[in-house]
Amino acid sequence: MYSKGTKRKFSGSADTATDDKAMAASYSLQRQSLLDMSLIKLQLCHMLVEPNLCRSVLIANTVRQIQEEMTHDGSWQVVTEAFSSPSHGPSDRLVATEVLCRSPVLEQQGGGPKLYSVMGYNGCREEEVVTDKALCSVAVGDGAPALLLGTIGHCWDRAELRVAEVEAGVSEDSLSGSGDEEETRCREGTKLATGQVFGMFEIKNSPPGSDPALEELFSDVDASYYDLDTMLTGIQSTPKMGPYDLLDSLASSHGPTSNSTCRADLNELDHIMEIIVGS
Amino acid sequence: MLPCHRETAGCLDVWSSPCPFLFIPADIISTVEFNPTGELLATGDKGGRVVVFQREQESKNQPHRRGEYNVYSTFQSHEPEFDYLKSLEIEEKINKIRWLPQQNAAYFLLSTNDKTVKLWKISERDKRPEGYNLKDEDGRIRDPSTITALRVPVLQPMDLMVEATPRRVFSNAHTYHINSISVNSDYETYMSTDDLRINLWNLEITNRSFNIVDIKPANMEELTEVITAAEFHPHQCNTFVYSSSKGTMRLCDMRASALCDNHSKFFEEPEDPSNRSFFSEIISSISDVKFSHSGRYLMTRDYLTVKVWDLNMESKPLETYQVHDYLRSKLCSLYENDCIFDKFECVWNGSDSVIMTGSYNNFFRMFDRNTKRDVTLEASRENSKPRAVLKPRKVCVGGKRRKDEISVDSLDFSKKILHTAWHPSENIIAVAATNNLYIFQDKVN
Repeated sequence: MYSKGTKRKFSGSADTATDDKAMAASYSLQRQSLLDMSLIKLQLCHMLVEPNLCRSVLIANTVRQIQEEMTHDGSWQVVTEAFSSPSHGPSDRLVATEVLCRSPVLEQQGGGPKLYSVMGYNGCREEEVVTDKALCSVAVGDGAPALLLGTIGHCWDRAELRVAEVEAGVSEDSLSGSGDEEETRCREGTKLATGQVFGMFEIKNSPPGSDPALEELFSDVDASYYDLDTMLTGIQSTPKMGPYDLLDSLASSHGPTSNSTCRADLNELDHIMEIIVGS
Repeated sequence: MLPCHRETAGCLDVWSSPCPFLFIPADIISTVEFNPTGELLATGDKGGRVVVFQREQESKNQPHRRGEYNVYSTFQSHEPEFDYLKSLEIEEKINKIRWLPQQNAAYFLLSTNDKTVKLWKISERDKRPEGYNLKDEDGRIRDPSTITALRVPVLQPMDLMVEATPRRVFSNAHTYHINSISVNSDYETYMSTDDLRINLWNLEITNRSFNIVDIKPANMEELTEVITAAEFHPHQCNTFVYSSSKGTMRLCDMRASALCDNHSKFFEEPEDPSNRSFFSEIISSISDVKFSHSGRYLMTRDYLTVKVWDLNMESKPLETYQVHDYLRSKLCSLYENDCIFDKFECVWNGSDSVIMTGSYNNFFRMFDRNTKRDVTLEASRENSKPRAVLKPRKVCVGGKRRKDEISVDSLDFSKKILHTAWHPSENIIAVAATNNLYIFQDKVN
């Protein structure tokens, strides 16, 4: 099981059924949050110069484990159906291996994953340990969904903060936990991101080369990109636009985020992504 | 070898620092290793430098001044490189140092970064030849017509100079990152280990190595396990062990076949179903494996425990010691901030009776296998006044915190002790805390 130690809040026996249901709901929310966190970590791996193979393998195994459990539960089907595209077919291949195989170029189709991949990972790594009441213990109630989205939005916010403050030389405060402030800021933005995180699974379902439009788009991409060996030991050819180039362009076009502009910012970023992919 | 276990005070009790902590300002220390006699202590850092300390000879005049360690030699072992084929930078960080046994006046050590192993010779020069015929004192070549008489050069004493020279460079044998090197007891060969392969080298030959273990799957999509550490048996030159990210160990015999993909022994502890979580596999990944000096036991370190195994019993460990079990409820946070992937090392003392490993908040732990007592000590500047005895520390798990205790939530996870070393025969330990090196010894002797 994911974690143990729920304390019953109500001593009354009449609420047993509701309690169990609530527990199950929060367990699957937590599991979802862990899955998303793992996927983010794996994607950020791709941007590191030398991905740590042991770490990548352990995270991928965790993702596989979660996916297997979710498949047994039946909740995996629900997830994929929710974000299905017209060409959706049953996804038999385990996501974890696809994640390991995915090339950064293909990711550009879904704006969500790319959002994370351009971020400096250093900000995430230096974070202080948070008292993880939220993620480790069973959280029942309204707080949970916001926390889930907050987790995903974490890295994105932190990177934006970095970009905005890098000139001022302000050292990053460790973002201790997903505070309420973050939740309200990112709720809408990260809903979009969550959808895109799952959206990318659909892309991999079609075997490479089957879609003529896709083919044309990536006709000039070196096929050796798909070689996992290459992926895990580094990118074979330098990408046209490095992560820092993109951060620079973000810095000029974005100011510090605010409640109302969060969604607008993401849309603008999507637009930029499309331009880059198209070029 | 001095016995560690005494009636009055076990060696867990009295540790102090003979001199103020040694401060190396430059870089994060990435490996620490005593040489086989304990006379020398080598450290490697993230900047590719190796610093070697030498123990002062004990003088009869000042018997209370135990041998202190002073800097003996400093050299740049590895430089950052760029792999043009893969557009990758190769870090210069020293992952491991291993000393060779001393066979003449010079010292030899192997140091490695992610891709290249180098054999370094450290030698002393305290004499200098003077009186050359063909060149003058400045080194300029003399005009032969000016030479009218011949003389024999004489060796004159000079200030002691310690020089380090690279004698062998073993490169281009590893696609993945080297995590271990281990010198064989035959003193002729050594092995280097990366995530998926182990190669055997002859110390004299740099252009050829033999692959003895290869766990790379034909299809990398099926990769679920990597090699995390490997070591030769201290006495049997045909035997070695390697550990994996799935918490298993394999003992291999090189006499069985050229490629040791089939193990002789397979060590794995069955999983405890009550403790199962999504993090079970990650915390079971073995970060370090060490043979005991006797060669009878194996010690493994995973995220929360240290285990001692009997080579003759593969089904479960002989002993399990909890290093910081209070972290079990924090695994999710530690996964989020990547601390769960920290690779702690573990060491035996000279008599194999005490084991030591590091933790967070600059804490390190010692376990006495005989008395079953354990202690938590801290490597910090406040505690390292000369000859002050280290005070045991305690982490408060829940409930009321006592005065000296520290609560789990106050622990500093950026201060981690990953690398420690124990003198081969005496109770002297070296502890690397980020970019500081601490040397402690017990006062009982």
